[in-house]
Amino acid sequence: MSLGRVAGAALLALLALGPYLPMAGMRQYVLHVMIQILIWSFIGGAWSLMGRFGLISLGHGAFLGIGAYTSTLLWNFHGVTPWVGGVVAAALTIVAALVVAYPCSRFQVVGHYFALVTLAVGEVVRLLIIAERNWTGGSLGLSLTAAASDGPLAMQFADKRVFYYAALVLWLAGLWVWHRVDRSMARSAMEAIGEDETAAASVGIHVTRFKVGITMLSAALTAIGGVAYAQYISYVNPDTLAGIGVSLRIVFAVVLGGMYSLLGPTVGTALTIALAEYLRVVFGLRFIGMAETIYGLLLILFIIFLPAGIYGSLRELITRLRSGVIVAGSARSA
Amino acid sequence: MSMLELRNVTAGYGQFTALWGVDLRVDAGEAVAVVGPNGAGKTTLMRVISGLVPLRSGELVFEGRSLAGRKAHEIVTRGIAHVPEGRRIFPLLTVADNLKMGAFQPRARKAFTESLERVHALFPALAERQRQRAGSLSGGEQQMLAIGRALMSRPTLILLDEPSMGLAPVMVLRLFDLIRRVRKEGYTILVVEQNVRQVLKLVDRAYLLEVGRIRMEGRAAELAEQDFVRKAYVGM
Amino acid sequence: MIDPIFLLEAAVNGVLLGGVLALLALGLNLIFGVIDIVWIAYVDLVMVCMYLVYFLVMVYGWPLWLAGVLSIALGALLGLGVHLLIITPILGSAPVNQLLATGGLLFFLQSFATFLWTTDHRTVRLALPILEVGGMFVSFARLIAFAISLVAMLGLWIFLRRTYIGTAIRAVSQDREAMALMGADPQRVYFVTSAVGGAMAGLAGALLIIQYSVHPFFGAAFGPLTFMICVLGGLGNMVGAFIASFIMSEIISISGVVISTEMGYVIAFLVFIVMMFARPGGILARRG
Repeated sequence: MSLGRVAGAALLALLALGPYLPMAGMRQYVLHVMIQILIWSFIGGAWSLMGRFGLISLGHGAFLGIGAYTSTLLWNFHGVTPWVGGVVAAALTIVAALVVAYPCSRFQVVGHYFALVTLAVGEVVRLLIIAERNWTGGSLGLSLTAAASDGPLAMQFADKRVFYYAALVLWLAGLWVWHRVDRSMARSAMEAIGEDETAAASVGIHVTRFKVGITMLSAALTAIGGVAYAQYISYVNPDTLAGIGVSLRIVFAVVLGGMYSLLGPTVGTALTIALAEYLRVVFGLRFIGMAETIYGLLLILFIIFLPAGIYGSLRELITRLRSGVIVAGSARSA
Repeated sequence: MSMLELRNVTAGYGQFTALWGVDLRVDAGEAVAVVGPNGAGKTTLMRVISGLVPLRSGELVFEGRSLAGRKAHEIVTRGIAHVPEGRRIFPLLTVADNLKMGAFQPRARKAFTESLERVHALFPALAERQRQRAGSLSGGEQQMLAIGRALMSRPTLILLDEPSMGLAPVMVLRLFDLIRRVRKEGYTILVVEQNVRQVLKLVDRAYLLEVGRIRMEGRAAELAEQDFVRKAYVGM
Repeated sequence: MIDPIFLLEAAVNGVLLGGVLALLALGLNLIFGVIDIVWIAYVDLVMVCMYLVYFLVMVYGWPLWLAGVLSIALGALLGLGVHLLIITPILGSAPVNQLLATGGLLFFLQSFATFLWTTDHRTVRLALPILEVGGMFVSFARLIAFAISLVAMLGLWIFLRRTYIGTAIRAVSQDREAMALMGADPQRVYFVTSAVGGAMAGLAGALLIIQYSVHPFFGAAFGPLTFMICVLGGLGNMVGAFIASFIMSEIISISGVVISTEMGYVIAFLVFIVMMFARPGGILARRG
């Protein structure tokens, strides 16, 4: 694994030095894209904490939206610093997660069924935001009130590089959490649950507690990601931060990158954002909707032809090359 | 030539191999049993024959033609009916509809009326309960329905997977009587059973399957003398 | 306070809306019950068919009924196409991949529609009267749509109960493997199911375009509502979906009059969430 460690260290160094590398005048743009990649990777990682254990949520937009709007509204109307706003946001999403996860877990709502329930929740949040347009701005969205002076307390900075480093730290923190969950008892328990709930329950694993717990963790982290995004973009909108569109994008990125690995969500997010940017640049404003159309098409093709995601497919490829024998079709790892 | 022949059949699920080099044959008109402990691979054997599980290696020949690689719904048209473990009747359909589904394939549909009469004659209880939801039948009635449904597909060979499972002892005796009657109608039967005593009274020959391999085979009467029948399965 | 006449009118409109919603929910449930996959993009197929009817009627001057027939045909074709091209390759995949496959289709359809037809709302303007019944105003278009939905659902019921293939479809939804043992090729059954589900989407499209305007993101409005109805009724449960459609449509319609249209939806969705606590398996928790 030392090759991996070296590569990891190199990558980290590259990322740390990134903003200071020569970029031929494209610095602002590259930083902008990188910040988005980092924040969305963090969010993707949060989603994958549930996804890897079979809890497929299509409603993470709900947590994202609650997070982003909570901190933004608290700041705009009451001048509450986003640090506190973030904590409140996390608390709210934890409650929301409890509300959703508890009955689902107790009554064995799983798989497609669970996905649809979460989708509904995502939509409820989106519609609530739109309905309460008097203070949320509705479909038009809400701008983050500019702070009297930039700084960490207001979480607003003129220099993109500050945002970049903050996002980098956030991303690393997310990786750390993922790593801790991966190494914990919870992971073994959740895997047992994912494989056979009844069997897991029969050996004393408290199924509900684990499922609800991981959902709450995932929700809280997602909310924090939402806060981060709101602070960076300085603008929140129910369609970009709640609802099925954003929820699907998160899931796509993670699955494409690889749901079961540490860097999977990051790889997937980086790729999907890069792809979206590329298509947007190519098509610009000429053919509105064409960029998204091709994006959608590529997503479908990816899912059909690369079901294990990029990580998974690479791993399968390496396994095959190593063993030297093409095992006919039965080399399907979980 | 035997009606059904398995030669050196190996099969399993994913990484797991359930059957190792199984040799088995069933001649036309015979009743043959496969007995063995739980997890021996008996159900897998049935599923391989009916096409639900693919062969890894070996030959599977029915009436002179290979079944390897054929899908389950094709194999039914060749004349093999599989009454699965646990009966697997359609719980929310009526008895009549269940029987209708048994005759789904074209060959069976043409002879539908005749098949239905035959099934009703064999299982009068089914004729009485035509409109009843299959899920509300008793265990024994469901087993009859499952067998009747299989008969609707006009098979020549019937595979019975653990027919006595979950049935009260009295019902078991009745069931085996019914299977005898089905056999008298001219069907060839391959039955997998845990109730060794009873099934050996029913069949001509039997195989003992343990951990995926055939350990013993012979005439039913001979096997009934064996220790394993007396020891291992006493007081089921 | 609100004039009781308005409430009654809202209730009546709720029933009329419920009819078409039920059509959507049943189509989705049919496919899920048999194939065990949720078509996230189902209502977007409806959207495409709505555009078809719009163009046929408003641009090419076809009579509405003929456009409707073609809409049904297109729906069936789309259903089959989706199954063949997208569903079949991912039949054995993990649930998340299956959800993403139709999710990708959702993106694709919504964006492609934006590209082809822009985000402008399109309406089919018909000179259909507004009836006045006892002080209430009821749109004739709604009434017709409701009647046709009922007929369609009755047709579906007969199809599923009385025909051979219909019974086979029900059997497959109860036990796919057992049906294979009856000689039914699951693939064929899936084809028929997809085509029927698609046809229902096509019919729903024709019925909806005379009541609502269509735009590329129509699915974003009606999609989640349809899913919620299905879950509320118990996923896969046809009778449950039928009942749930009317419950939701009534909540939306009456709350819409009492508070606001949007809050109507919010309340309906909140009721849904509460129901998930009370009866997570759906109001008639049972498959079939």
